[in-house]
Amino acid sequence: MDLYEYQGKELFKRFGIPVSDGRLATTPQEARAAAEEIGGQVVVKAQVLTGGRGKAGGVKLAEDSADAEAKAKDILGLDINGHVVRKLWIERASDIAKEYYLSITFDRGAKKPLYMLTTEGGVEIEQVAEQNPDALARLHVDPLEGFQPYQARRLIYGSGIDDPNEQKQLLGIVEKLYRCFVESDAMLTEINPLIVTPEGEVRALDSKFTVDDSALFRHPDIAEMRDVEAADPQERLAREKGVTYVKLDGDVGILGNGAGLSMSTVDVVVVAGGKPANFCDLGGGGDAQGVVDALEVITSDEQVRSIFFNIFGGITRCDEVARGILTALDQMKIELPIVVRLDGTNAEEGRRILADAAPPNLYVEPTMLEAAQRAVELAA
Amino acid sequence: MAVIVDRDTRLVVQGLTGSEGRFHGLRNRNYGTNVVAGVTPGKGGQDVEGIPVFNTVAESVAEAGANTTLIFVPARFATDAIYEAVDAGIGTVICITEHIPAHDMLRVHTYIRGRGVTMIGPNCPGVLSPGKANVGIIPAEIFSEGAIGLVSRSGTLTYQIGHELTQLGLGNSTIVGIGGDPIVGSSFIDVLTRFEADPETEVIVLVGEIGGDEEEKAARYVVDHVTKPVLAYIAGFSAPPGKTMGHAGAIISGSAGTAQAKKEALEAVGIEVGTTPTEVAQLVSDRFRVHS
Repeated sequence: MDLYEYQGKELFKRFGIPVSDGRLATTPQEARAAAEEIGGQVVVKAQVLTGGRGKAGGVKLAEDSADAEAKAKDILGLDINGHVVRKLWIERASDIAKEYYLSITFDRGAKKPLYMLTTEGGVEIEQVAEQNPDALARLHVDPLEGFQPYQARRLIYGSGIDDPNEQKQLLGIVEKLYRCFVESDAMLTEINPLIVTPEGEVRALDSKFTVDDSALFRHPDIAEMRDVEAADPQERLAREKGVTYVKLDGDVGILGNGAGLSMSTVDVVVVAGGKPANFCDLGGGGDAQGVVDALEVITSDEQVRSIFFNIFGGITRCDEVARGILTALDQMKIELPIVVRLDGTNAEEGRRILADAAPPNLYVEPTMLEAAQRAVELAA
Repeated sequence: MAVIVDRDTRLVVQGLTGSEGRFHGLRNRNYGTNVVAGVTPGKGGQDVEGIPVFNTVAESVAEAGANTTLIFVPARFATDAIYEAVDAGIGTVICITEHIPAHDMLRVHTYIRGRGVTMIGPNCPGVLSPGKANVGIIPAEIFSEGAIGLVSRSGTLTYQIGHELTQLGLGNSTIVGIGGDPIVGSSFIDVLTRFEADPETEVIVLVGEIGGDEEEKAARYVVDHVTKPVLAYIAGFSAPPGKTMGHAGAIISGSAGTAQAKKEALEAVGIEVGTTPTEVAQLVSDRFRVHS
């Protein structure tokens, strides 16, 4: 789960990482009131779960509260990479002398948290890593040993930061960020830029924060931060129904059982020359209610022109899955063509059950590729 | 031979008295796996159709001689169950549980590696050595005995490929589902090492998917360490970046972890990558018949 800048900063603040004073606003009036409370110059920042908002005009300096209201009007409703701005973070403007970068990522390859620190902040870190790798100090932490202060020193010396006042503040921030990363079950905590003001104060000016979905059960406060309204309507419905679903951009609706087989199904539809509308994993079983829920989500996408069921029966036998599909179709009015491919345990019986019941819009195909081809034809 | 589980496996099922644990534990026993014990704290002294239940894993080791555990414990208690098994002296841990927090698995991984324990999973279907032992939830009836080692991050996709192999008259030495999470106990390389050393395995099929770089690492490893033919399949060519595709570990982060990059890494070292599961099975059939 990705957090907005203001939510990430809220967590930073809880762990003692310095951030600027700010307020959330969802209307120009609220932006004005927030700017009044803060006083002086403020920055009006679009809250969107995507990068590049600065270039898209989503971050603007305002001279006073009236200006903040005007800037908020400009930014609210902007479409930034497909994300419509509905929330603003109004923050006290900062004078910036230097821009650093500090992050901890969950390094799957090394199976350890990875620190990165560089004095070349404010730009994409991939760019720094590519163009000037020596400027990037990197350090892994042993997950059982945890953070040790020498690691912060190595990181800071390694990055070439030599101002003793900055070093001192950074020692604290580096340590606090580790606690924040681990105790929030984060997959990513990134401060870019980590600024130094002309007075020498080090502060987080932005946040990028991703939390492990599997750990949300022990972070009810973070789980509540999820902005359900920002999600795609189909993905939102899927979440409510507990269906594993990812919206894609085509017209062939896809329903498979198991994550790997469902991903493979999406690929095979592309191989057959079609455009998948979604990824949807029914899970291991094939009970009628699961099929109904998944179909409701898939057919709520108006772009869908045909539906491809790709089922491999293992412990859940194909005859049971076939009955589940028929029960589900009985409960729903679906006029779209449905192509079913059943394979595995009792596949023949499953196919026969479907053929016998044969609703006119149901097509049974023997292989994944043939079924994909049929679904693509029917979507055309 | 076969790898990880075989006739020497003495299995304890942690969570045997739960519905999943009972269903699959008994299925595993019916297949012929030597299921010697179950563990459910507070239910020691009971039995599940003759399988004795103990309060602790240590008791199942001392009294029933368990050497392998199958874990069906819910996610929030699963890491505790893993540590308990390792500390009781269990050498092989197979964890089916899905949704274990990734940070917990970082610590578990570091812990078990320091103790020489073999762990498969979490979020995996388990391990099946046809004709010998089935530990987990793999539908054994669709697989047959043979010489193909199959290692995969996905369950149903593995069943699909195994089923197609069976249709082509080819069987498996062992099927290892390593799991779909970002951090799993055994990597492709760990399992490749075992297949290379296993005299029963003649061909290896690797089934990968988007996310992480374990397929790329496996490709580099094969060059110097694997003499047996390896074939591969990768799922997720059409997956959008930043979206979790069913498995917690199946996510393209930025430009890292794409199916295309994995395919290229594998092909660069001469490993053929099938376009569909059917094509992979066909490729194996072609290759296998050349080699045997």
